[in-house]
Amino acid sequence: MSGHSSYTPRTGIERWLDARLPIIRLGHDAAVSYPVPRNLNYFWTFGGILMFMLVAQIVTGIVLAMHYTPMSSVAFSSVEHIMRDVNYGWLMRYLHANGASMFFIAVYIHIFRGLYYGSYKAPREVLWILGVVIFLLMMATAFMGYVLPWGQMSFWGATVITNLFSALPLIGETIVTFLWGGYSVDNPTLNRFFSLHYLLPFMIFGVVILHVWALHHVGQNNPTGVEVKNVAKDTVPFTPYATIKDLFAMVCFIFVFSWFVFYMPNFMGHADNYIPANPAVTPLHIVPEWYFLPFYAILRAVPDKLGGVLAMGGAIVVLAFLPWIDSSKVRSMTYRPIARQFFWMFVVVCIGLGWLGAKPAEGGYVIASQILTTLYFGFFVALFVIGLFERPKALPTSIADSVLGAMKGGSGARLATATAAEPNAKG
Amino acid sequence: MTTLPFRLALLGLAAGLGAALAQPASAAEERVIPPALRWSFSGPFGTFDRAQLQRGYKVYKEVCANCHSASLIAFRNLSQPGGPEFSTGQITALAATYQIKDGPNEQGEMFERPGRPADRFPAPFPNDQAARAANGGAYPPDLSVLAKARSYERGFPTFIFDMFTQYQEQGPDYIAALLAGYKDPPPAGTPELQPGQYYNTYMPGHLIAMPQPMQDGQVEYPKLPNGQPSAPETVAQYSKDVAAFMVWMAEPHLEARKRLGMQVMLFLLIFGSLLYYTKKKIWARMPDGSPAH
Repeated sequence: MSGHSSYTPRTGIERWLDARLPIIRLGHDAAVSYPVPRNLNYFWTFGGILMFMLVAQIVTGIVLAMHYTPMSSVAFSSVEHIMRDVNYGWLMRYLHANGASMFFIAVYIHIFRGLYYGSYKAPREVLWILGVVIFLLMMATAFMGYVLPWGQMSFWGATVITNLFSALPLIGETIVTFLWGGYSVDNPTLNRFFSLHYLLPFMIFGVVILHVWALHHVGQNNPTGVEVKNVAKDTVPFTPYATIKDLFAMVCFIFVFSWFVFYMPNFMGHADNYIPANPAVTPLHIVPEWYFLPFYAILRAVPDKLGGVLAMGGAIVVLAFLPWIDSSKVRSMTYRPIARQFFWMFVVVCIGLGWLGAKPAEGGYVIASQILTTLYFGFFVALFVIGLFERPKALPTSIADSVLGAMKGGSGARLATATAAEPNAKG
Repeated sequence: MTTLPFRLALLGLAAGLGAALAQPASAAEERVIPPALRWSFSGPFGTFDRAQLQRGYKVYKEVCANCHSASLIAFRNLSQPGGPEFSTGQITALAATYQIKDGPNEQGEMFERPGRPADRFPAPFPNDQAARAANGGAYPPDLSVLAKARSYERGFPTFIFDMFTQYQEQGPDYIAALLAGYKDPPPAGTPELQPGQYYNTYMPGHLIAMPQPMQDGQVEYPKLPNGQPSAPETVAQYSKDVAAFMVWMAEPHLEARKRLGMQVMLFLLIFGSLLYYTKKKIWARMPDGSPAH
């Protein structure tokens, strides 16, 4: 979709700069004239929201790092120092802690949107895989960030999760020793996690640039999954159309964010993390942050440690292979009557796994986790199988047609597969 | 086309899940949910009750502080806005009643001096081991953030309702219930208590190492002009007051947070509405002027 640039430098300075470093042209093409499908719904605003959250996390994080001390003996009280004695330190910390949760809420909506509308299909495979990479980096960043306050859940969460690597044959123990910087979670662990927690967001930022680059090259998917055919009829320029819509959605999102920050800042945290880390006392139930719970449930559903680790890792990695797993040529589940039911079942399964992840790993909870884990992976098998026999509904001939509701005679009845096959030829 | 078999499969799965979850999980530690009390600081407009915080401080000072530290709190905090708001004079006088270890001086010796408002509350024991030794092996936890460190599981679907009601007072509810929850003798059927164990209704598992800390009338509250105490001098009232004080210790900027929150929310509402109507106007037409819908 990156076509001819419509930028015309208007002042002498702009012309001078444009001949030497066309950075204003880049910005104009990416955020002003960039054509956006006119039928995007509000689920498409979460990309912008995520960009905002990443910047917000980096900014609040940099301020927090100015006042935080990554040393096991004083980390906890340095966080309390931020909460009590630093001007608006409580605001910075609650924004950062709740920001992590809001970041994950947004990214999960973003991922499920991609799943529902088939945004991973050709020619958007690389765009999708970069998204999975960002998700993995986010998980690592969030996990290490949660360790920094050095409360009980920080310490024991770090112990449980880093210990998982020891399940790997041959290199497992070495990796764990390397992560810990010793033979247990201790001050060296805290030091390196702080260092990496500061580094990874900038790596995320780098991959986000690639993600956006890929997006701007292939163009956005849309609720019909039908490619843009006529730029004039099917798209609107990014500014002002997408800009104002994204901004409005962002303010709504910030409203929810603020609700938690100002009125219930500890709702999404765990009370035990206000108890300073104590290697001699194990909490009754060690639970990770809520956004890891579905994967934690999958981990514990498998009785074998290595098997659990592989299942948990597989649950994320399998996403990267979706473009080749899903055998249907039709992108949007709106036109896939069977796959759509499986999609919603998958959503319920993920929520169910999240609930089970918070429960103790015993009795019926384990059996339920095993059933839901099977269903989780079953969804991907189903996507492959369904695509082989499913008869999709008729696709609209174009984005403009779907918006204006004008299905003209024979063209509207064209077989869906014929329409959707086009992008394949392109990619 | 595959609707019926699909539905049947779903039903079967649901039944399987139900059967799995119906299996008894091993009994977690028995716990009694504390009653939800009314707190002045709950909700979006919540503020601390100054008189209650001042009473709570008195209970803390005369009862709790004998064994528990609150090492993150300084005397000066007691006079800051949004807290008990003692006067600066009161705080200076109060701090001076404590002897604080300082030093070394120019001779290289540690010395004791009267406390200043900037000093933190002195701990009752020099170290954790001394605290344990004096309390039958049990460590009295630091009270600075304890109101945020104690909670109980709300469960589904209550935790979803909590997002809207903003209920988050599990900590003070639990602390107030616990302090007034001692039973002596313990109810019938309780295994015999070991020395240093006490029965408390709200402690998970019911066995607690802290002896009942307060009796009715133990702490004297400020008197009203008619000579009556300003609040009932009962264990129930002491417990509530000290729990409120602990919430303030754990969250000293609670009032500023909720106040700023209201300003932010109002701004977002107005700004959001303006954006909404701007968006509607822009999206009414395509760039070429044709209707967008």
